[in-house]
Amino acid sequence: MAALEQTIPAPTPAIRVSGLQAHYGAQQVLHDIDLEVRPGEIVVVMGGSGSGKSTLLRHLVGLTRPTAGRIELLGTDITRAGALEMLRLRRRLGVAFQGGALFSSMTVLENIILPLQEHTRLDRKTMEIMARLKLEVVSLAGADRLMPAQLSGGMLKRAAVARAIVMDPALLFFDEPSAGLDPVVSSALDELILKLRDAMGMTMVVVTHELESAFKIADRITVLDRGRILLVDDVDGVRRSDNARIQNLLNRRSEDAEVDAKSYLQRLTGEPAETD
Amino acid sequence: MLRVAEGLGRSVVRGVEEVGFAGALFLESVLWAALGPARRQPVRLTAVFAQMMQIGIGALPIATVLSATIGMMLAIQSLYSLGLFGAESFATIGIALSVVREFAPLIIGILIAGRSGSAIAARFSTMMINQEVDALRAIGISPVRFLAAPALFAMIVMVPCLTMWANIVALTAAGLFVTGALQISMAAYFADVIAVLSVNDLAHGLGKSMLFAAMVALVSTVNGALADGGAEGVGRRTTRAVVHSIATIIVVDMVFAFVVTAG
Repeated sequence: MAALEQTIPAPTPAIRVSGLQAHYGAQQVLHDIDLEVRPGEIVVVMGGSGSGKSTLLRHLVGLTRPTAGRIELLGTDITRAGALEMLRLRRRLGVAFQGGALFSSMTVLENIILPLQEHTRLDRKTMEIMARLKLEVVSLAGADRLMPAQLSGGMLKRAAVARAIVMDPALLFFDEPSAGLDPVVSSALDELILKLRDAMGMTMVVVTHELESAFKIADRITVLDRGRILLVDDVDGVRRSDNARIQNLLNRRSEDAEVDAKSYLQRLTGEPAETD
Repeated sequence: MLRVAEGLGRSVVRGVEEVGFAGALFLESVLWAALGPARRQPVRLTAVFAQMMQIGIGALPIATVLSATIGMMLAIQSLYSLGLFGAESFATIGIALSVVREFAPLIIGILIAGRSGSAIAARFSTMMINQEVDALRAIGISPVRFLAAPALFAMIVMVPCLTMWANIVALTAAGLFVTGALQISMAAYFADVIAVLSVNDLAHGLGKSMLFAAMVALVSTVNGALADGGAEGVGRRTTRAVVHSIATIIVVDMVFAFVVTAG
């Protein structure tokens, strides 16, 4: 068996990040991030507010250039890729933004058709059929003529997913898919993510701070804290971790809770700490 | 003192950056128009026409009212001031040249800055804040090609058209007053106007309006694209876009008049 494992090469990662660093002005927000996502895998990037997870996502989808490091998506280093190479790659990526980011001047159908209009030579009728199919996948059949302003939060996010998958991308990125949704809608969205992976074999990176959602959908979880990766492991591994910061995150404990009252008072009054 | 100097320095650097951004935006828009079709990424004519409708046709009623008012006001003032020297008969010359060379382009420029410039800035900044611009980039669509270029080209086409319309309306409105005051016919008034005006005068006004159009589009787009800070940021950027557009129009107007007329 061991010999067999040696002869089967590990699959090339769909996403490979190495030594990624990012700054906002003088402040470093990502520190030497190394990350690999295998084809067909769902990796959840988890962390508290300000941990750098959304910044990491922006770098992964090529919206921001890193200060240093490499980001390879489907074998293309996007930190060095030219405009045409990026354009070709973007046809194979889908991104569902936190607020949906649907174009407010277009109907839901027009929003979903837009990537097809830009990247294919299909006729309008075919594009509409494809868009309606995707709307059915996300359980939004019949909402095609609505404007984004007429949709609820959950519907907006599902419409955004429909737009993200309309080109049948190999890589799909989600930014906080469950944020601001009630538990029922949030759970339905998790089911949708799993369905997409199972039915279409997509590789996904999901950025979230919702623990339940993360544990439900993740093959592996990357825990980010203050711009550094604390842990990459499967769900059980993360649950079992004895890292205090991870346990704080899992038990929804604020770091401030660890500060004792005396030192907190000293910090507020500016008085020096008493020495024994 | 040091803090004032530092603040001033930062403002200058920011201003230079924004001018550079506007220049890059203009060049990129032209490049997309020229090279986009070959790359199967054209600046879509439907988007340009939609913008033309909003910028041009949508502004017709208010442009008509303002132009008529300005024309009438110019006629009143010209007749009054020339009347002091008993030279009312020369009023037509002053009115025709002022409207075509100065007032029509200026009034339309300011109107467009307030109406369309603010709309462009508000739209861009809202799209920035709602991550719609990020979504465009993630799909592989250049925001310059998709959003900025159609607005820029629509402005460059429609603002001179509106200026031409303002010329006609203002001169007609002025004519209504002048013909009554000087007891001449409308035909005689327009014959005087046509005799006074040259193609150069018309080109002067229309050329200037084209320049104003580009300025308003670029200033508004730059302001919208730099938006941050939620709804307050949208409001701040929109106000800034209108103020900067109007200031730019007035400065460019003076420079243009100096270079073309005095030079």
